[in-house]
Amino acid sequence: MKAPRFAYARPASVAEALALLDKHKDDARVLAGGQSLVPMLNFRVAGPRVLVDINRIASLSGIKITKNHVRVGALVRHTELGRSPDIAKHLPLVATAIPHIAHPAIRNRGTLGGSCALADPAAELPACALALEATFIAAGKRGERRIAAQDFFKGLYATALKSGELLVAVEFPFSKPGYASAFGELARRHGDYAMVGVAAHGSTQGAKFSDLRVAFFGVGDRPQLAAHFARALEGQPATAKSVDAALPKLDSDLAPRADLYSSAATKLHLAKVLAGRVLKQLVS
Amino acid sequence: MNTLLETVEISLTVNGERVKRMVPVRLNLADFLRNELELTGTHVGCEHGVCGACTVRVDGEIVRGCLLFACQADGCKVDTIEGLSDSRELEELQSAFVLTNALQCGFCTPGVLMAAQALLRDLPDPSREQIREYLSGNYCRCTGYQAIVDAIEAVAKARAGRAK
Repeated sequence: MKAPRFAYARPASVAEALALLDKHKDDARVLAGGQSLVPMLNFRVAGPRVLVDINRIASLSGIKITKNHVRVGALVRHTELGRSPDIAKHLPLVATAIPHIAHPAIRNRGTLGGSCALADPAAELPACALALEATFIAAGKRGERRIAAQDFFKGLYATALKSGELLVAVEFPFSKPGYASAFGELARRHGDYAMVGVAAHGSTQGAKFSDLRVAFFGVGDRPQLAAHFARALEGQPATAKSVDAALPKLDSDLAPRADLYSSAATKLHLAKVLAGRVLKQLVS
Repeated sequence: MNTLLETVEISLTVNGERVKRMVPVRLNLADFLRNELELTGTHVGCEHGVCGACTVRVDGEIVRGCLLFACQADGCKVDTIEGLSDSRELEELQSAFVLTNALQCGFCTPGVLMAAQALLRDLPDPSREQIREYLSGNYCRCTGYQAIVDAIEAVAKARAGRAK
């Protein structure tokens, strides 16, 4: 099980990478951390003619704090996110999610940009980006454009990125005062793909729920917000009782499909159990 | 390097020695170490990043040798089980593994040792639960993990005792 033949390029700048992507269009794939792409190559699920290795592009690295945003370069690795005091301070949801992603050796290579651009429906960081209203910054030959997380994930392994575009950074607004985050995931074994996961963010100021964004992953073809559930909790006392009362609303938000391990009914049940646990964490 | 290549000349440091080779770009680091450098302590199991048998250190951090192309390690410092054994960095862990019977067939052991050493660097005093969680990316089909956790816990406790 080895990667098929491909031609390899290692651009030193975003401009060089874009020129390669523009030239080779859909024959090319971007190689970031490679923790999903290389297995796909080895399984021969993917067989790009050209691999554009962006790992040596310095401008794609680094976590920058601006006035009210955290700008995370596409190449920032999961381990770096997990170790960063800035992420812990401004994006506690992301910091909490990191230990759930695979295993340390994978987290040392896997990148934020790679995870989001691949858009695996069971991935943790796309759901965090959705819950936190992140903005994706894509570079193309006509310059950069900004895509809201809500519009970025289009389906199974599908994003709003166009052929020839490169995801260069993800911008997260700071967590506001009075807002809290919580994260949870059910997996068959630590580090396995999520059977269901929840990334929640919202205000619990004045002991009332408000502006909740509850993003589920592993239950659909993309990360998705539970809008009915959040609406049912808006203005309600931030208590376990309110959470339990709102859980049936998830029937209107989620329509999971059966997978190899669980039926649709089991997945919906697990989603409710997990949402209950995560929202109760948010309260405490 | 903006041109398309099917082979690349790479130059890297493996276990402290400078190495220069011409490699096909599709060759992964684990196969490079085993077949080109004859460092066969790095094992190849699943070849898709699940089993952890190919765990090596690149620039100080553990990675899956099967998920990194050798050409990507150009200019890097790579350490394998051979290097860490020779430098005696793993001596305590290796002795504890022998004492507790933490290996049977030994196929997973190099990868487990690489991960265990990284664990003790990141978390010098881990709980058993933390050891299990950290090693969840290394499959062992013989031991049932109990003895592996025992061995790592024993080394952590011995080190903590000395630090006091």
